[in-house]
Amino acid sequence: MSAAAIPPDLIAQHQITPGEYDKIVSILGREPSYTELGIFSVMWSEHCSYKSSRLHLKKLPTRGKLVVQGPGENAGIIDIGGGYVIAFKIESHNHPSFIEPFQGAATGVGGILRDIFTMGARPIAVLDSLRFGRMDDPASGKRNRRILGGVVSGIAHYGNCFGVPTVGGECIFESCYDGNPLVNVFALGVCKKEDVFYAKASGVGNPVIYVGARTGRDGIHGASMASAEFTEESKQKRPNVQVGDPFLEKLLLEACIEAMHTGAIVGIQDMGAAGLTCSTCEMGSRGEVGVEIELDRVPQRETGMTPYEIMLSESQERMLLVADKGREEEVFRVFRKWGLEAVEIGVVTGDGKLRVKQRGNIVAEIPNRELADEAPLYDRPHTQPMRRVPLQAPPLPAPNVEQALLDLVASADLCSKRWIWEQYDYLVRSSTVAGPGAEAAIIRIKETGTSIAMSLDGNGRYCYLSPREGAMLAVAESCRNLSTVGALPVAATNCLNFGNPERPEIMAQLVEAIEGMSEACRFFDTPITGGNVSLYNETLGEGIYPTPVLGIVGLMKTAAPAGIAFRNPGRAVMLLGGIGAADDTRLGGTQYAKVIVKQLWGLPPALDLDLEKRVQDAIRDIVNQDLAESAHDLSDGGLAVTLAECAFGPAGIGARLDLDSDLRPDLLLFHEGPSRVLLSTAQPERVAALAERHGVAATVVGVTIEREIEIRQRGNRLGRWDIAQLQAAFDRALETHVR
Amino acid sequence: MKARVFVSFKSTVLDPQGQTICSKLHDLGYPAIADVRQGKFFDIALAAGTSAEQARRDIEIIAQDVLANPVIEEYRVEILD
Amino acid sequence: MTFGVIVFPGSNRDHDAAYAVANVLGQKAEFIWHDSTSLGAVDAVILPGGFSYGDYLRCGAIAKFSPVMTAVKKFAGDGGLVLGICNGFQILVEAGLLPGALIRNRGLQFICREVQLRPGTTDSPFTCLARKDRTYRVPIAHGEGCYFADERTLDELEAEDRIAFRYVGNPNGSVRDIAGVLNRERNVMGLMPHPEDATEPLMGSCDGLVVFQSMLSVAVRA
Repeated sequence: MSAAAIPPDLIAQHQITPGEYDKIVSILGREPSYTELGIFSVMWSEHCSYKSSRLHLKKLPTRGKLVVQGPGENAGIIDIGGGYVIAFKIESHNHPSFIEPFQGAATGVGGILRDIFTMGARPIAVLDSLRFGRMDDPASGKRNRRILGGVVSGIAHYGNCFGVPTVGGECIFESCYDGNPLVNVFALGVCKKEDVFYAKASGVGNPVIYVGARTGRDGIHGASMASAEFTEESKQKRPNVQVGDPFLEKLLLEACIEAMHTGAIVGIQDMGAAGLTCSTCEMGSRGEVGVEIELDRVPQRETGMTPYEIMLSESQERMLLVADKGREEEVFRVFRKWGLEAVEIGVVTGDGKLRVKQRGNIVAEIPNRELADEAPLYDRPHTQPMRRVPLQAPPLPAPNVEQALLDLVASADLCSKRWIWEQYDYLVRSSTVAGPGAEAAIIRIKETGTSIAMSLDGNGRYCYLSPREGAMLAVAESCRNLSTVGALPVAATNCLNFGNPERPEIMAQLVEAIEGMSEACRFFDTPITGGNVSLYNETLGEGIYPTPVLGIVGLMKTAAPAGIAFRNPGRAVMLLGGIGAADDTRLGGTQYAKVIVKQLWGLPPALDLDLEKRVQDAIRDIVNQDLAESAHDLSDGGLAVTLAECAFGPAGIGARLDLDSDLRPDLLLFHEGPSRVLLSTAQPERVAALAERHGVAATVVGVTIEREIEIRQRGNRLGRWDIAQLQAAFDRALETHVR
Repeated sequence: MKARVFVSFKSTVLDPQGQTICSKLHDLGYPAIADVRQGKFFDIALAAGTSAEQARRDIEIIAQDVLANPVIEEYRVEILD
Repeated sequence: MTFGVIVFPGSNRDHDAAYAVANVLGQKAEFIWHDSTSLGAVDAVILPGGFSYGDYLRCGAIAKFSPVMTAVKKFAGDGGLVLGICNGFQILVEAGLLPGALIRNRGLQFICREVQLRPGTTDSPFTCLARKDRTYRVPIAHGEGCYFADERTLDELEAEDRIAFRYVGNPNGSVRDIAGVLNRERNVMGLMPHPEDATEPLMGSCDGLVVFQSMLSVAVRA
């Protein structure tokens, strides 16, 4: 192969630095061809290579006694006992969702689902963590609402048709996500332990088989697009939007699982970002073998496609697999049954190279291992995390707690997200024990009698104030959600959404967040088994808040959870973990600061890991011994918002609280100190005794009553609310905002 | 006066609906069908007295901004009388 | 009793239906691939929910051409019990086994939520154990579940007591609050809500069981 030197501007367009280009030349021992340059550019993009984050990701805990597979595969795998495992991961599809919200979000769901069933696991749950610009912004509100609508219907379109329940998530609005929405999709699947498949090619001479949709010019350079800031130019990248076909994906799922059961498949990987390029070289690299393919055999949807386009296409719903030589027909038979195209496009070789041919001529020849594993690694400079808000609180308004609670429950972040989740089929598979709106999503595994609890959490405001503490708080809250439904948190996945890592103050946010997450995940014994990094989330130089999103899974015995809603009047209301400490500085990242004071300052709530763990152990015991009729952890909006949410159940039961505290009323009701759970019980003494055994305060703060909420502080009434009125504000807010 | 706006996926964009229908038509014994692209059309009635020129100008804008998603779709406007 | 559950490409509540029949009702469930030209020895047929052929073109419009549908029509013609749930209901109307059509929900959005149903008749093999003086909590999960038929058809359905279930609080704009209908011979029922997803306490409701129990009681009597 000989190639003319590639002009520098073309190299720059591929976001390959001069240093990286030199490395390519030294790996190949010659100048790369245009096709090879394209292959290197996607494999070495931030999205595929993690070149800015890899160094720091190594700090994360990844091992544990239940971990069957940690990072490095398509999804992490955890042993759940009874001969079964779960596979799960979270991934971002931020940039595509900004360019075309419906298809961007839909293909985001499609991509993560393929990651799960590539491992042999049938997807049984999806959760989404979404961030949008403010809906009420005079300039961008209309566009933000349109993006929200498109993303939600895209997720619904794909998940509903595919037949996986979308059971939970979160949705937050901040100006910083104006030109850069975040769409993070978590998926989880289950299979028998012996049915796990890996994306590894092996067996020289084995056929390489392409299955699923034909290749078109979709999303060419999607992977490098996902690694570049948005500029006016990115609009020109629009024609490359991929269109998802959930029906085809459903057939692909069934066919792949059936084909895997024939025993004739050696390894399998989906074609996601960087399509055929990534799947061929990664499978080869993992198996320490070479892969040779002939492009003329690749099923194509369009005519006249160049090798460059075929190798870089991101057409959806495609898989690459390696079969046992001589047993190809067993595989083909299954795909024929499901009406899917399956074509032998190449062979496993012994020379460790990715060799791409067209009409018999070699168009690319690159050593697999160097391409996949020797991507550049950058120790980017990092200074102090960017932060342009004061530490000290501004003059705070005189608290009007009655109005504040009404405003908070109707605010975009805290209001009911029913308008969103009713568009998702959260019941298909009849395994949903707790769906959207619950403390944590719970899916039962019918085969084992165990259930999986899942929670996503990430707070950009906290992380902007302190990336380290913010990340730790996200881990703590996610684990607390699981513990509150009685589950034991066992493993985690993360999606790290940050701005431009080439800016030292942004890189510092990333480094500190990873370190905080690492410390907290170690502490709670929830190793990170995989995830995704999404950098360059900036539009025209405006970065997002650092937004690490945690997805944590927990295990529990299958049983109906207590639920967050009060069920009966006359029950003791207890605050596990106590009222907590707070000051004006620690109020700065709260929803009260955002919605009522309309500013951001100070620090996130203070977290005491030891106390947090004791509270979680206590609540897990309490709910598992059936001592609580309801349980809800305190988080966004603090005690008052939590209490209101407990009152929004079908029974219409509220509470009368009398709080013994010196705190100023706004701090008392709205501070977001962690490590607290509000519960109702008919057996307060037993709850208190059990809590004491864990060294946790569990004070009776009131009693459940019908129709209203009343809060007193040492006998003085701070506020009284009619539940129906509060709930109407809570229920209708989102729909009002959206329209 | 009436206008009709046809909207369909651009030819380079995957059309799962059309493709699924096409493959079923093959199953049903129509091998002559080479391809199916699914689209939709909008019939728009214009107020009496609207000039054809005005109508075309308005409908073009409406098609571009409202009826079609220019990221993935193309459109064609017909003015009928 | 053996229930045949038809599997079309894109069916996704086939396992829900089979689970309700086998694990909750304690009967036998057999999956029947859409390509099959015979139903085998089944006592009843369920067309499950999902998105057959992606619901591209129209919901159920392509599935009606599946080879198995000829067998289903014959089975129904011979008096066999056929239950179409959600997408199965859509297929039955497209195939002409039930009157009317299912169109886009009034609110234009997919809706997943628990609804209350009131039996329109107890004179059918699908509702004979139901009680008209109570409501049944069963979920819906559909984007095109708004039942539509012309006035004459609707009057006829009412006159012949063929409205199996009505919504209490219409979620999707269905005419005359119709959630499920029967054919004239009363052995074919289409239902938009999902009784199979309300058969155990852990699912939040057991009210959907009445449909399957009714079918079982009829089969046992026969």
